[in-house]
Amino acid sequence: MTDLTRLTAVETREAITSGQASAVEVAQAHLDRIAAVDDRVHAFLHVDAEGALAQAKRVDAGEVTGPLAGVPLALKDVMTMAGVPTTCGSRILEGWRPPYDATVTARLKAAGVVILGKTNMDEFAMGSSTEHSAYGPTHNPWDLDRIPGGSGGGSSAALASYQAPLAIGTDTGGSIRQPASVTGTVGVKPTYGAVSRYGLVAFSSSLDQAGPCARTVLDAALLHEVIAGHDPCDSTSIPAPVPPVVEAARNASVEGLRVGVVKELQGDGYEPGVTARFEEAVALLQSQGAIVSEVSCPHFGYALPAYYLIAPSEASSNLARFDGVRYGLRVGDDGDRSLEEVMALTRARGFGAEVKRRIILGTYALSSGYYDAYYGQAQKVRTLISRDFQAAWSRVDVLVAPTCPTVAFPLGAKLEDPLAMYKQDICSIPANLYGGPAASFPAGLSEGLPVGFQVMAPTLRDDLLYRVGGALEKVLPPAIPPLSWES
Amino acid sequence: MPDITRDEVAHLARLARLALDDAELDRLAGELEVILGAVAQIAEVTDAADVPPTTHAVPLENVTRPDVIVPSLPRDTVLAAAPAAEDGRFRVPQILTDES
Repeated sequence: MTDLTRLTAVETREAITSGQASAVEVAQAHLDRIAAVDDRVHAFLHVDAEGALAQAKRVDAGEVTGPLAGVPLALKDVMTMAGVPTTCGSRILEGWRPPYDATVTARLKAAGVVILGKTNMDEFAMGSSTEHSAYGPTHNPWDLDRIPGGSGGGSSAALASYQAPLAIGTDTGGSIRQPASVTGTVGVKPTYGAVSRYGLVAFSSSLDQAGPCARTVLDAALLHEVIAGHDPCDSTSIPAPVPPVVEAARNASVEGLRVGVVKELQGDGYEPGVTARFEEAVALLQSQGAIVSEVSCPHFGYALPAYYLIAPSEASSNLARFDGVRYGLRVGDDGDRSLEEVMALTRARGFGAEVKRRIILGTYALSSGYYDAYYGQAQKVRTLISRDFQAAWSRVDVLVAPTCPTVAFPLGAKLEDPLAMYKQDICSIPANLYGGPAASFPAGLSEGLPVGFQVMAPTLRDDLLYRVGGALEKVLPPAIPPLSWES
Repeated sequence: MPDITRDEVAHLARLARLALDDAELDRLAGELEVILGAVAQIAEVTDAADVPPTTHAVPLENVTRPDVIVPSLPRDTVLAAAPAAEDGRFRVPQILTDES
């Protein structure tokens, strides 16, 4: 019998509808796979076997149908799921069981998707390696001694180790795309506001966006269609139809598509193997009829500093909610200490080093006397970066760049150097500041490790990402991790 | 490059309600100085002077919903997740001292 964990989401659904396998068998195969390998990968923080099998039974009973009914999925632990632990990779939420479903979770359930469990992440999605999880790092299935990317390293590692064919990530500065890049998987950050943030524990509200992760372009598009759409519970949710992403993934033609290579996202600091795979992918698009040119986006060089002022500022405000009163940890409540003392002790114990670093940085950037020079200036630079994108759209349909300047680096390599870690996001941040959609697609290997190809598109043209990704997928050999550690 | 002292970090930590220990204050002072030194380069963007700051990534106007009452979470369910509850309310440590 075929190994059910090796199937794509599309193949899984076909296996279920044709009677080759039941949804319960599919779910059990993945639960068995998790039990067999996740002690080494550590993609999951919590496995909900009972919930997954119950949902699979509903699918087998015909109670719910649809293109992803019965397909297993790994949910990033930043998304609430009623009754199931949601930690955001933090001690401050250890043991918390949210009383409600995020809109994304509710949509997945309604589509018959089988949620296997919650995946590991950098604490509150702050990081690029998943090493900032309070529960220990996730390991890259391509090489267990390397990082799986971050913050959504649990989701990307679950895909690359065949523990799930689908996953949900969230992307504030690259947390879907960089993990996809370093694990040879597909990761899409939709247009800001395309997927509801209701129930997504906030890090930086003006940037946070949930999106689909998968091993194939069409699987990601099908998941995109399930989770996207207007939600009255999120005031930044866009009241517009979901772009035709599935159609774009199926008929992935780049004939006549104008593709702009971003001049500022190449050169020094980019590993030669990353540059080589990127240039080959561009040539492959050109050979399929794409019209390639170079485009200058002069303010992209300031995206990183702008981001590391805006995101920590918003985080310092958002994370004020963790006060030890309504949910989560409370430390030092001995009857004598004041509310303020208990709050400060709780937060000092509950938050890890990176979260504290960003809260302090954000508090500084927002404080009186520094606000204009830091936060205010960063928001103006953000406008200029958006204008760079707008100017580009008068000449090209999409922009392309490497997703990340490097392949997966060894665990621990950047842990003591916050700035070096932040530079992982140098190519992915511009799209977050602008708000348009962006994706990472596999573009081959450099010294045995995956390289990601990034596509950025105008606001609400998420379909263009899938056209380009699908065109590449047709001509590139698939990225199959050797998983040599298994034997 | 901004010069960040340990006292300044201690002040920020008080504002942010973080009871940091001495070792953390020392480490953060050094790290903050390095990070601020790097992000301070946005001051170089001189053409930003007359540019409006971004307020929304994708501007939306007047998002409203019908003014109807919808069910909210049951009180017991919400209080079950609290570190301490009493008489159907969140129980908090003392806010006022004897002197105040």
